[in-house]
Amino acid sequence: MSAAPALRLSGRATAGGAPVFGPLSLEVRAGEWTCLLGPSGVGKSTILRLLSGLGGDVAFDGVAAADDGAPLAGRVALMAQSDLLMPWLDAVANVTLGARLRGEAGRRDRATGLLGRVGLAAHAHKRPHALSGGQRQRVALARTLMEDRPVVLLDEPFSALDARSRALMQDLAAGLLGGRTVLHVTHDAAEAARLGQNVLLMTRAGITSETPPAGPVPRPFDAPETLAFQGHLQRQLMEVE
Amino acid sequence: MTRTLRILGTVLLALLVWQAVVTVFALPRFILPGPHLVFGTLWTSRALIAEHAWVTVTEVLLGLGLGAALGFASAIVMAASPVARSLLRPMLVFSQAVPVFALAPILTLWLGYGLWSKVAMALLIIYFPVTSAFFDALMRTPTGWLELARVIGARPARILWHIRVPAALPGFASGLRLAAVYAPIGAIIGEWVGASRGLGYLMLLANGRAKIDLMFAALIVLAVLTLLLHAAIDAACRRMWES
Repeated sequence: MSAAPALRLSGRATAGGAPVFGPLSLEVRAGEWTCLLGPSGVGKSTILRLLSGLGGDVAFDGVAAADDGAPLAGRVALMAQSDLLMPWLDAVANVTLGARLRGEAGRRDRATGLLGRVGLAAHAHKRPHALSGGQRQRVALARTLMEDRPVVLLDEPFSALDARSRALMQDLAAGLLGGRTVLHVTHDAAEAARLGQNVLLMTRAGITSETPPAGPVPRPFDAPETLAFQGHLQRQLMEVE
Repeated sequence: MTRTLRILGTVLLALLVWQAVVTVFALPRFILPGPHLVFGTLWTSRALIAEHAWVTVTEVLLGLGLGAALGFASAIVMAASPVARSLLRPMLVFSQAVPVFALAPILTLWLGYGLWSKVAMALLIIYFPVTSAFFDALMRTPTGWLELARVIGARPARILWHIRVPAALPGFASGLRLAAVYAPIGAIIGEWVGASRGLGYLMLLANGRAKIDLMFAALIVLAVLTLLLHAAIDAACRRMWES
């Protein structure tokens, strides 16, 4: 993995003449986990799509780039709310999908190792339909890790999971994605309070930076300072509009 | 088990209605022979019917195989290239505007009275359903998968082969299921227009000689063969999807 760059995005986006967001500007610090928290429909996902090079459906007037000047293409991995696993491939083949799509040799041993690290060693040869929602999302995490990109963009990847799986998945992801530049879009104040080394609150009015409690992430979900920060974020969300 | 019983029940009911119609209206055997007569003829003429059925089955299977392969390839070419799409799509629609029935005499003229004019008929009649079902499915790949592939840095040809084609196989399978029912129609029309063998030919011959029982026997064999073909393709598609 090459050095993780910081990300900068500033400008405004419109779709068919209607504003999607902005003008606004945000910075994602290099090698840190940044949560972008906000209600649905404020354009959080559009920011993620612009950074991952998928912004074709909106008109964007501004800059979305890495601070080191090199293009972002090829340095970004994306994990979405849906696991996007191919139902006809087993877990290992889903993890090595990227190599196959680029015409490179698939490294099955590395894929098997990654599946072990997400706790799915025993399920490596199962297909998605034989796995639970949480297990499928762990395969998607292994696929993201397999790509070994310095920038990881997460679009509400845990929001479809039950509370327990979600907390386990948050711990796992925070551990395995450490050191990368992570931008995590979420509408869940509790999630942002646990995971964000930086938390950006996005509303129609723009983006503000919230200061999380000190200490490493993931924060314990039941620690008073985590809960207090979660309450603070929730209040901010309630006060908009 | 219950399914088998249901099917048996339906067949039995149909036979009863058939026999009742013959008895109540006192129909002569050259208009509508009763089931016992038809099945009697089916048994006594089994060698003759089997010989002609074999010819029709060969035509249908060849037409189905070639038509499916051609449809598979056309749909992929159309999905891969916008130029091919704009050229081939109108031709595909036009091929449906010309009734295949009307082409039968021309195909017989070009390809002769033998096997290949019937294979061509079966092929033509299934080409459109197979191609359009598969092509539609190829164009409806879930956006999320395509975007994931783009971020991963996939080449378009590999996206097509590793994501769009496997994702579209259920569409191809539904095209094939339709084809299994259509292909025999093509072969039979071909045989009616000009042939010296095959179930279609045998039916015409029996009709001309007022052997209506033989005609019905051939018809039943044709229907059963078509059902078997459909069931076999259905089972094959299910297995392909599950494995």
